[in-house]
Amino acid sequence: MRLTGALVGRPTDLPGSGVAVADGVTPPVVELREVSRVFPSDPPVHALRPSNLLVHDGDYLSIVGPSGSGKSTLLNLLGLLDRPTSGEYLLDGVPTGTASEAHRSALRGGRIGFVFQQFHLLPHRTVLENVMLATLYSGVPRAERRRRALDALDRVHLTHRLDFKPPLLSGGEKQRVAVARAVVTQPRMLLADEPTGNLDTTNSAGVMALFDELHRDGLTLVVITHDPKVSAHARRRVRIEDGYLREIDR
Amino acid sequence: MTLTRPRADRGPDAHADPHADPSAEAHADPHALHGTDARADRRAAARARRGDRFALRDLVREAAAGIDARPGRLFLTILGTVLGIASVVVTVGLAQTAAGQIAAQFDAVSITQATASPRTMTRGGVQQTVAPLPWDADHRAARVAGVEAAGLVAAVDVAGARVTAVPVNDPSQPLPVTPPVFAGTEGLLDAVRGTTTAGRFFDAGHDQRADRVVVLGTRAAERLGISRVDRQPSIFIGDRSYTVIGILDGVARRADLLDAVVLPMGTARTDFALASPDELHLRIAVGAGPVVGEQVPVALNPNSPESVNVQVPPTGSAMRTTIQADLNTIFLALGGVALLIGGLGIANVTLLSVMERVGEIGLRRALGARRRDIGAQFMLESVTVGLLGGLIGAALGVAVVVAASAAQSWTPILDLTIVLGSALGGGVIGLIAGIYPALKAASVEPIAALRGGL
Repeated sequence: MRLTGALVGRPTDLPGSGVAVADGVTPPVVELREVSRVFPSDPPVHALRPSNLLVHDGDYLSIVGPSGSGKSTLLNLLGLLDRPTSGEYLLDGVPTGTASEAHRSALRGGRIGFVFQQFHLLPHRTVLENVMLATLYSGVPRAERRRRALDALDRVHLTHRLDFKPPLLSGGEKQRVAVARAVVTQPRMLLADEPTGNLDTTNSAGVMALFDELHRDGLTLVVITHDPKVSAHARRRVRIEDGYLREIDR
Repeated sequence: MTLTRPRADRGPDAHADPHADPSAEAHADPHALHGTDARADRRAAARARRGDRFALRDLVREAAAGIDARPGRLFLTILGTVLGIASVVVTVGLAQTAAGQIAAQFDAVSITQATASPRTMTRGGVQQTVAPLPWDADHRAARVAGVEAAGLVAAVDVAGARVTAVPVNDPSQPLPVTPPVFAGTEGLLDAVRGTTTAGRFFDAGHDQRADRVVVLGTRAAERLGISRVDRQPSIFIGDRSYTVIGILDGVARRADLLDAVVLPMGTARTDFALASPDELHLRIAVGAGPVVGEQVPVALNPNSPESVNVQVPPTGSAMRTTIQADLNTIFLALGGVALLIGGLGIANVTLLSVMERVGEIGLRRALGARRRDIGAQFMLESVTVGLLGGLIGAALGVAVVVAASAAQSWTPILDLTIVLGSALGGGVIGLIAGIYPALKAASVEPIAALRGGL
């Protein structure tokens, strides 16, 4: 697994990475350059100190840390739901800091798949419709939406539940639907926020096995969690504490 | 398993539809990666916006699904609007129907009644007629197309002569009030739609011969103590006796005739030197008003038709409009209040629904929805709910108007543009009611919503 020279304090060699892209080398999926987030108050809250992070294609990264350590802030930034106070965030090589809100929405819909602790499935829509919902905003051609949703559900082994409504599913099944919804747009990165927080041990293990499978298939995964067992599945582990980002040695 | 290695998989898609996937754009154009070219950035965004990304069809589908999710609540939401729109339609419809009935009743008499009288001028403080009506005015007018009956009437100056049933001069009695005396032609009874309760009206023969006969108005007959005419009772005007040949009742015009003694015109000329007829009454065919108004003056006085004043009925629609205007103001005010309540109901429930669906909104934002996509969805839901309420309300209103009219044996009258306008009005109410909730929905912060739970 690739590592930047240091995750904290030392900026990455900017021209170098730019040349690499221009040469046709695959850019990192996520590249944080001295990104920080400060919430204005008295005194200012440094939710994220200036940090660097590289996530490459096919990485499986976990972000751990106690509550209040800045995990949510990092999730917001990585998911393009918030803008950094300083620094630059390149998603898939595209700078996002100055992009318009509409462009950021398009990037979010097209390149990031979200999985949440509370699943966030629409209770009145079938499993298939819930998965197809993600294709609405990401520009998947209308004719392909259904086929892609079926493929995604096949991938999470839920083809037998297509016409079920979410309230009838078990917690594990719900999270599988959420994963299918996240991967249906063929994102560059799957961003999971406490994906097992609402699941029992068995279902947690099932979801983690699914993540391992997705990772084997080449999907880039970033999992935010406080559960060491979940974190153990990841190939790389990053710890965030008091706004400082630190890579844990394997 | 088509999702293995997303990058490799994306290739064919990008070729098939380069606008659909913003990432395909970025790979094709290395300059975009530097962020130095803001225009390329915007172009990519513009392309991403086009294509199949949340098109109108998707918006409509999502809004419909949002409405469809809670049928029970939908019913309660639209109830206010349904009642509001229905009450507007019912009030307007019943007002129009009632006005139609009133106008129809007016029509029966007023639309077939006309009068002609000589024009008067004030000269030296005294009102004078410019030119008197001719004695044969009734015969002349009867020849005009549209005139069905014509009769002249004139007040007779009896020079203080008393009208009594018995010529007894009793100084101990106070002088009784003398009923007024009128002169008429044989067509008068028909022209004012009178009937005789006893005996008969006089005819042209009585008139020509100046026979001393009278017809009494029903109240005058009562006052004079005459209730039957088969014994040929007489009354006295001054010293002269007149045979009562009939008692008059049920006139639709000139109700003062009921209190009066009516002589034939010829008799009045002979006995009381009547100078000229006062007024010509006409019963005309429905819709003949304008023609009669134009032709009768010429028939009566060809040399100076302007010396004849003709009163013809107004056209029916003009009258209906004035009656409706009075009724509609009140009813529409009531309907407006009902609609205000309906609009508040929609705003309230839509706002509640936004609060409830904060998780869904956050999810949609995370899936790439823009603020305006979210706002548009809730706006459309609100408009659709309002429109639905308007349609149901309008239909309900029409049903009530028809049912009420059927119960009263009325002819239901309802302006279709008002019905359709009311249905659309429901949509407008939804539009206005949805503005605030839609703005609220668009301003939801995705992560707060997603962490907050669904």
